[in-house]
Amino acid sequence: MTGPRGWLRQPAATRSNALHAGAWWLWALGLATAASRTSNPLLLLLLVAVAGYVVAARRTDAPWGRSYGAFLKLGLLVLMLRVVFAVLLGSPIPGTHVLFRLPEVPLPQWAQGVRLGGPVRAEQVLFALCDGLKLATLLVCVGAANALANPARLLRSLPAALYEAGVAVVVAMTFAPNLVADVQRLRAARRMRGRADRGFRALLQVGLPVLEGALERSVALAAAMDARGYGRTAEVPPRVRRLTAALTLGGLLGVCAGTYGLLAARGVGFGVPVLALGLLAALAGLWLGGRRSVRTRYRPDRWGARAWLVTASGVAVAALLSHAAASDPAALNPPVVPLSAPTLPLWPAAAVLLGLLPAVVAPAPPRSDSKGAER
Amino acid sequence: MIRFDHVCVSYPDAAEPALRAVDFTVPEGELCLLVGPSGVGKSTLLGAVSGLVPHFTGGTLHGRVTVAGRDTRTHRPRELADVVGTVGQDPLAHFVTDTVEDELAYGMESLGLPSDVMRRRVEETLDLLGLAELRDRPIATLSGGQRQRVAIGSVLTVHPKVLVLDEPTSALDPAAAEEVLAVLQRLVHDLGTTVLLAEHRLERVVQYADQVVLLPGPGVPPVAGDPAGIMAVSPVFPPVVGLGRLAGWSPLPLSVRDARRAARPLRERLADRGPVPVVPPQKTAPVAEVSGLSVRRGRIEALHGVELTVRAGETVALMGRNGAGKSTLLGTLTGLHEPARGTVRVGGAVPHRTAPRELVRRVGLVPQEPRDLLYADTVAAECLAADQDAGAAPGACRALVTELLPGVPDQTHPRDLSEGQRLALALAVVLTARPPLLLLDEPTRGLDYAAKSRLVTRLRALAADGHAIVLATHDVELAAELAHRVVVLADGEVVADGRTAEVVVSSPAFAPQVAKVLQPGPWLTVPQVAAALADEARA
Repeated sequence: MTGPRGWLRQPAATRSNALHAGAWWLWALGLATAASRTSNPLLLLLLVAVAGYVVAARRTDAPWGRSYGAFLKLGLLVLMLRVVFAVLLGSPIPGTHVLFRLPEVPLPQWAQGVRLGGPVRAEQVLFALCDGLKLATLLVCVGAANALANPARLLRSLPAALYEAGVAVVVAMTFAPNLVADVQRLRAARRMRGRADRGFRALLQVGLPVLEGALERSVALAAAMDARGYGRTAEVPPRVRRLTAALTLGGLLGVCAGTYGLLAARGVGFGVPVLALGLLAALAGLWLGGRRSVRTRYRPDRWGARAWLVTASGVAVAALLSHAAASDPAALNPPVVPLSAPTLPLWPAAAVLLGLLPAVVAPAPPRSDSKGAER
Repeated sequence: MIRFDHVCVSYPDAAEPALRAVDFTVPEGELCLLVGPSGVGKSTLLGAVSGLVPHFTGGTLHGRVTVAGRDTRTHRPRELADVVGTVGQDPLAHFVTDTVEDELAYGMESLGLPSDVMRRRVEETLDLLGLAELRDRPIATLSGGQRQRVAIGSVLTVHPKVLVLDEPTSALDPAAAEEVLAVLQRLVHDLGTTVLLAEHRLERVVQYADQVVLLPGPGVPPVAGDPAGIMAVSPVFPPVVGLGRLAGWSPLPLSVRDARRAARPLRERLADRGPVPVVPPQKTAPVAEVSGLSVRRGRIEALHGVELTVRAGETVALMGRNGAGKSTLLGTLTGLHEPARGTVRVGGAVPHRTAPRELVRRVGLVPQEPRDLLYADTVAAECLAADQDAGAAPGACRALVTELLPGVPDQTHPRDLSEGQRLALALAVVLTARPPLLLLDEPTRGLDYAAKSRLVTRLRALAADGHAIVLATHDVELAAELAHRVVVLADGEVVADGRTAEVVVSSPAFAPQVAKVLQPGPWLTVPQVAAALADEARA
């Protein structure tokens, strides 16, 4: 905060100015929505680059911050699978540029319409590549949200009535790494018994001890949580309890009916109001249900101007690309037949760059070293 | 503050009650220490204070336990959460959230405290426990001592009147243990918190206790009294008390400081004598050779330029703070980690390139948790599997078990053994392959003094047999009794390597109590002093 332009620079991230986890998720979902609107590989790659840059600029050293790499790998795997399937099974895309021919497996009569092997055309491969890239981009966007926002913090923002469910998810998430550590420890121990420590069989044989260990740990955790006051409830008059149940149930029914109305051909007229009423009733039920819990919240995330800006950038990208997809379908979903090099449409590309805003406005994480970590 | 009134706890499937006729009171603001051999019901007694026994564990509790005037019969653990804070043996099993600050706030959130109170108390607790630097750190990245302090902090924020701790220092290195005990001391003195704790490593805690409750044996009623009085009759006692009993000091000193004051005549008597020198085996063949070893684990260089040679018949203690690289070194010797630089040879083989079946004949490791090594559901089946794994003659393992662990029936489930018995079983399983090099990772964790002295006897016999033994340990008393040589690791480098007496005495953190009391004499253990005194009496 020094210099004449100090107020323009983003502050260092601390707990009190941390960006709301929900803002990161909305931003990432905005990018994902944009990705689902286009199959132009250049635009998709641009989206991946934007998400990657923001993650690189704003993620912390925390364990969840490192999950981005896993999502990138998963995306690549999806892309590869999509292409391999297109090559093996063929696709209904017409085309003239045959790249090579695979030996075709003759299939019986009942499997008509399925083809194994046969000619592989450039159009097919290109289509599969673009399609796979779209899926991969969606995954990368989710991964970005996961790396930028602590999932546990997002769950802490749940309404009080859903608190127990949130805790269960958080506990499950912290259990997964412990389970992995258990497996590694037991495989190491197998080595000391003179048995193979690699391979599938080794993994199977440590399964039972690992599950036993996990079970014991859950019991110990349950005891600790009980002793720390988990599940203390406030007295709620029976009338309020009944009203809560009625509101929640009725609300959920309303939501179901309203959704049906929206999707079915006939009920367009009553769909929206019933859905809205149902949602209101369900929310009121949740709010009333929260009165049972005596919990308070420690330093909840605040939704400030920066959170609005981050959300807005995601929403803007989604809205602008949706608009572009409607007004200029040829640029956003370029046809693969006839074969042509994709071009980068100028305005949609500029819109995607709006997604970089969080890299400027979000508080910058301190670059901490990993000293003192367990070896 | 805590009151036990004719309490008797029994579990449905046990023949004997776990606790019988427990009758004592802990006044407000006292630090009360619970001592006794393994398996006498210390954890059950601690659980009864927080209400987890019997509300959570099942079983029947006769009599009455009251904490701050609340009867645990009518108050469930969650309704006692604002007066009793409990920290179990494994701090990791205690954490509900994933960062330090959230963990400190969790208990207060459950009690529904207003947010400004929570904020203030979290800040106070961060300062009190020296955790301010760690406030945003994920718990998974903390070291053992830091975790223990966070666990204590997480129950302190609700301002409990009573703090119940089960073995708070047994997994910690000496420095981290001091850190935790200093915090407890401060709570008792400054905040008037009542602390009830169970601990096996009495040498670390007994001098801080205001009252000691001794559980002499399973089902035997406990004895409560002032620490010196109880230590005079207790079957478990720290070395400083052993020395005091031997020299007939009265009152019995509990701290090194008191013992040094009483020890002047003893020091003079011993001045012209020395302990029977422990002669490390000379010029035997090297069993393991490590040179220029560096190991990377993730981004961290866990070992750097380590040189170590272990000869047959030699016992080496690896010491150093939590995370110094002790377990990594043991893991590298067993081929779990591939060296980034340097060479490792165990019995002439390169461990990480040797198949497990071959390797077990060269090196055996008893891991920190001996249970990891045991898979079968009876002792007999375990022995059978061990014979097959090691390619030994049928019955070889069973013979070892009978020798190390007499009187254990074939059909016992390994889970039902005590900590010490389980360690003996794992040791037998590992020894079945007759490895010339034996590695033990933190073997005395959770062992009482009797089990520990049995272990020491066994390991001495093995070393005399020509086995080379390397043990990674925080237990300075064990190292003093057993090791010919001590190697101190810090930040993955060897910072000291030499005869036990030289290395251990020169460092205040690693010196055993007897060495501190009889300084500058070369004495390390009570048996050494006892032998010298007996010698003097004969002369």
